[in-house]
Amino acid sequence: MNDLIAYQQEAASVWEELNSNDMPLITVGNATCGRSAGSIDVVEAIQAETAEIGIDCNVIEVGCIGLCYLEPIVSIQKQGQPMVVFGNVTLKQVKKLVADYLVNDQIPPKLVIGTIGEEKIGDVPKLFELPVLKPQVRRALKRCGFIDPTSLEHYLANSGYSGLTRAFDVGPERIVEEVKLAGLRGRGGAGFPAWRKWTFCREAESDQKYLICNADEGDPGAFMNRSLIEGDPHALIEGMIITGYALGASVGYIYCRAEYPLALERLRLAIQQAEENGLLGVNILGSSFDFKIKIKEGAGAFVCGEETALIQSIEGERGMPTPRPPFPAVSGLWGKPTIINNVESLACVGLIMQNGAEWFAEYGTEKSKGTKTIALVGKVVNSGLVEVPMGISLRELIFDIGGGVPDGKKFKAVQTGGPSGGCVPEELLDIPVDYDSLNEVGTIMGSGGVVVMDESTCMVDFARYFLDFAEKESCGKCVPCRLGTKQMLTILEDIVEGRGKPEDIDLLEELGEAVMAGSLCGLGQTAPNPVLTTLRYFRDEYEAHIYEGKCPAKQCKEFITYHILDSCIGCGLCLRNCSSNAIIGEPKKLHWIEQELCHKCGVCYEVCPPKFFSVEIRTGELKEEPA
Amino acid sequence: MDKSLQVILQTFEGKKEEIIPILQNVQDAYSYIPERSMTDIALFTGVPESQVYGVATFYAQFRFTPRGKKHCMVCRGTACHVNGAPRILEEMEEALGIKQGETSEDLEYSLETVACIGACSLAPAIMVNDTVEAKLDPKKVRKLFGRVVANE
Ligand SMILES: Cc1cc2nc3c(=O)[nH]c(=O)nc-3n(C[C@H](O)[C@H](O)[C@H](O)COP(=O)(O)O)c2cc1C
Ligand code: FES
Repeated sequence: MNDLIAYQQEAASVWEELNSNDMPLITVGNATCGRSAGSIDVVEAIQAETAEIGIDCNVIEVGCIGLCYLEPIVSIQKQGQPMVVFGNVTLKQVKKLVADYLVNDQIPPKLVIGTIGEEKIGDVPKLFELPVLKPQVRRALKRCGFIDPTSLEHYLANSGYSGLTRAFDVGPERIVEEVKLAGLRGRGGAGFPAWRKWTFCREAESDQKYLICNADEGDPGAFMNRSLIEGDPHALIEGMIITGYALGASVGYIYCRAEYPLALERLRLAIQQAEENGLLGVNILGSSFDFKIKIKEGAGAFVCGEETALIQSIEGERGMPTPRPPFPAVSGLWGKPTIINNVESLACVGLIMQNGAEWFAEYGTEKSKGTKTIALVGKVVNSGLVEVPMGISLRELIFDIGGGVPDGKKFKAVQTGGPSGGCVPEELLDIPVDYDSLNEVGTIMGSGGVVVMDESTCMVDFARYFLDFAEKESCGKCVPCRLGTKQMLTILEDIVEGRGKPEDIDLLEELGEAVMAGSLCGLGQTAPNPVLTTLRYFRDEYEAHIYEGKCPAKQCKEFITYHILDSCIGCGLCLRNCSSNAIIGEPKKLHWIEQELCHKCGVCYEVCPPKFFSVEIRTGELKEEPA
Repeated sequence: MDKSLQVILQTFEGKKEEIIPILQNVQDAYSYIPERSMTDIALFTGVPESQVYGVATFYAQFRFTPRGKKHCMVCRGTACHVNGAPRILEEMEEALGIKQGETSEDLEYSLETVACIGACSLAPAIMVNDTVEAKLDPKKVRKLFGRVVANE
């Protein structure tokens, strides 16, 4: 224990030195989102550029601060100045940024986003005062984007592992008590109180118990867990050691999807660092507690996020769920008591032990305490990772933080909880984001994926999309899920492809209820949600497809036709790009579309220059005869 | 037994729980799971061959045909779907002249869809080998792959 305290002090002075010495500190967001926007090249370019000019600086790679839509993000802190954060710093901008700000102290107005620190610079806004960040409360993500995730020292210098030392001081009972007081509910989907699950496991007699961290993050379109691991991997490791200690488990597994290579790399390094420093292994920090962590890579099966299927997968089987009871807390991995918690739940355990239960419960609603990380994506201006107090309204989340819908389009619906969740219409946007309120309107919190849709999204097609996912991912073990999702998908395909029948709507509802009631695991029990909620709130769209031969969003190919308007000047762009040779016309003369040949790929609509705006999509029209 | 398979198996103990990690290593080495390797994995772990086959075919990650030099994965996650992934896939199929799940005859390209590559806030996105191409539109796709068709 003394070694750790000495190391924490040493780390604190290294951190202090990094932030206060006369060399500028430059941080580059280098998580998966940053990398997709080209941050690796940006880091190299900054190093090369500063070396060439002869400026000594510390360049460190950090995780994601959540403003993914502004990647690549570069922050620069000069001695005695607040940190200035710049966005959209592509390779081309590096030279300018270095010359303008590092050399000449001029802040390029096009790139700057805000400053971090007490002082202000000119009229540059403070980062955390920006509308996208102001309503946020960053706790689980506090270190993400500010520390080097490959440095144990950075973690230690920012209260890292202080939760673990306190956990050892107070002992297992008190840890469970604090987690109960904090009101921590599972962040992975169902929102089950963590302490209660743990108690089943603690009470079970066994020579061996296991803790599994669920980092499978199967909801397509969600990336909260990935960002947390990529930006602050030790936060998960610390939470796991504390939880393992509270449970009396000596082995922990992290089940992480293989599609997250960077997260896996960060975890491997963090585990190695923890082992080298006596934080993992035997007699951790001089106590009698032994704990090791192993990584299992998932292999691309959504159902493996379900607890019993996940256990099967670790054991080397096909990931098929098993009936419960017995619950994993009593009989799980290799028949031993096993607790499965989500990445964010475990990181919250670390936070609770670092700061206390009261601090944790400061935010949130009566039954949903604390904050929640959310991946805000889809048709929303500020798309990225956010952390908000539970109880914030969906409207604030989408319009204040998210900045609303882009391109002047109209908001239509928001989907929460991924394939297991439902769609919420505009009228219900004032409901609070917490477990129980979302359940009441037919959706779920899930793991925190929030997808925004605008008027151009067809809700029937969206429901079909999720059913297609559920049908493909159904493991096939139980009949209601395997055949029920298949039948529902067929009906939805019929509707979007123009074969819908009046009785389909009732049939969908009936099937949905049956699949929910009869399925073995959570996959089938929730799979109809996207269909049932769209039927509840957007029934008119189903009816338009079936009765009127229209797709109100103008998305479903069977119901739309493309038309060239009189404003066409005959530039020929559409004609040259049309791969089905359906466009006819002479240069500088009005073109038209041969409807029989048109495959409705939409390329004409995409390439027609906005100033002419001559291609129109219509729905429910008879095919146009060429003039 | 194939030399490189032997090398892979040497790093394992032969326990049943190792089947998935072994398959992952085999796929890393060969770019797919050769049928013959499943027999060897079965012998090595003492698990019936049918069961090894069962595991390998259950998980979406495993592939049974070689992949192309440029392996293209189109994200079909929710964020990408809402932002136009179906159109991106269409454009990719057209540009590469292969359908999803196929490899071009010259083994240059293979095309697959995946559940989500984690670049959701920069949707729609695809991954070509290990590089993510984000914020795509059909035009950008044509630019990225357009030349391919023209040259062939
Ligand atoms: C089909 C299905 C997929 C799931 N996927 C995930 C997942 O990717 N990540 C996760 O943490 N929980 C997932 N869950 C929920 C887990 O089964 C489990 O409830 C959770 O990991 C428990 O952790 P928590 O109590 O900390 O939330 C999934 C559940 C089902 C039914
Ligand atoms: S949905 Fe496409 S990257 Fe996540």
